[in-house]
Amino acid sequence: MKNQFSKKSELKLVSQKQINRRNFVAFSVFGGVGALLYGGWRWLYKSPEEVAGITGGARKPLRRALNQNELIFKNTLNNNHLVQTYPKSMAAKNVRVNSNIGMEDDDYDANKWSLVINKKDGTQLKLGIEDLRALPKTEIVFDFKCVEGWDQISHWSGVKFSDFINHYNLQEEASLQYVGLATPDEGYYVGLDMPSAMHPQTMLAYEVNDQPLPGKHGSPLRLIIPVKYGIKNLKRIGSISFSDQRPPDYWAEQGYDYFSGL
Amino acid sequence: MKAIREKHSLAMRWAHWINFPVLLIMIWSGMLIYWANDEYSITIFGHTFFHFFPDPFYKFLNVPQRLAEGMAFHFFSMWFFAINGLLYFLYTVISGEWRQLVPNRRSFKEAWQVLLHDLHIRKMLPPQDKYNAAQRIAYTSIIIMGFGSLITGLAIYKPVQFYWVTWICGGYHLARVEHFILTAGYVLFFIIHLTQVVIAGWNNFRSVVAGFEIVNNDHPVNIKTADDEKSI
Repeated sequence: MKNQFSKKSELKLVSQKQINRRNFVAFSVFGGVGALLYGGWRWLYKSPEEVAGITGGARKPLRRALNQNELIFKNTLNNNHLVQTYPKSMAAKNVRVNSNIGMEDDDYDANKWSLVINKKDGTQLKLGIEDLRALPKTEIVFDFKCVEGWDQISHWSGVKFSDFINHYNLQEEASLQYVGLATPDEGYYVGLDMPSAMHPQTMLAYEVNDQPLPGKHGSPLRLIIPVKYGIKNLKRIGSISFSDQRPPDYWAEQGYDYFSGL
Repeated sequence: MKAIREKHSLAMRWAHWINFPVLLIMIWSGMLIYWANDEYSITIFGHTFFHFFPDPFYKFLNVPQRLAEGMAFHFFSMWFFAINGLLYFLYTVISGEWRQLVPNRRSFKEAWQVLLHDLHIRKMLPPQDKYNAAQRIAYTSIIIMGFGSLITGLAIYKPVQFYWVTWICGGYHLARVEHFILTAGYVLFFIIHLTQVVIAGWNNFRSVVAGFEIVNNDHPVNIKTADDEKSI
């Protein structure tokens, strides 16, 4: 131990000129690199916003970084990792309501609701809530995570998205890369990568705390996708479509990560 | 002629000065994120002593309504923070410099003496190696805190894929609290660190830029040469 320290801490005799030279070199590099770093920061901070499309609202280089992060975490990790579940007793009685975007239409008539599935061949499949209730029921108690930073353990029941796909013979649709969901008024819409949609814990939920969904939670049917932030858990599903291109996504247009996976 | 001693390695100096602005960006963007759910406070028996953070503070730093922006900056800069930190860690381990950094048996006792000395309560200073006992503890802690930020950060960022990391942190909710406390720790460290650097003076500061320090001759060392005599 002593050896290594004493070796490095050996005293050297140098002239003032040598000291000045070393100071000059070191502080020139220090200042130069500092100026470069500052310039880089200004460039990044002032870099132009991306062209609004499927995603929007973020600085171009940062959007590229978000998309790269998605590739890193999508390709290196296993999509079948399950979200931790909890006993029912831990579920919140008052489930937090954070937003009603896409549900602001006062004329909305819940009795006229139907779920429209846009199939690959261009035809539409229309389902009522009873059709979905007839499918095998599943439930989950998990920690719902909002992009804002809060989380809450809540209890949802419905039909697994993958069960729904298989029951209605939508396997061909599910072979595409993305699913798009939208509210009936198309005021809110999300895009999901297929592996996340087909995750065993993703469901079309029609109950919260064993009761039919109230309006504020997206009656009669909402998406519960525990591997994503709350922004992807669309309420009051009006339509489902499938595509190899990324479907429009409400929050991705406003600077948020498209993937938003946990 | 003057006597100098090589004090800080090139690798350590680069890592230090890259980390400084990157950490600053991480803290700033972290604040933009925290604002969206700013639920932490110091509350004892129902009385709130301090809320993180008061509105004028947010306004002054232009924090409100920038969550998406904060996340984009945070998840970009995190790579630089992580890679720079890991490279420094590897370098310190492989080069053996960790021996001068990690606290030893005497450090915890001596750190008290350093503290008392710095507060002008005690005259005598315990032995100063490259780092004194208080520095060893502080600088080792900050490295551990860096790891803590990476781990708690990963636990919040990917709580499903890295469920075991989240589990180690005591769950998602707690991981966010820990991540926040660590950040508060950096700010505290920064204030003390900066004060100490100012007090320690130019020779010390230069050693973190240029690598060497000038050794004054209060404690004469037997290094004088004939050459030396002449030039003086």
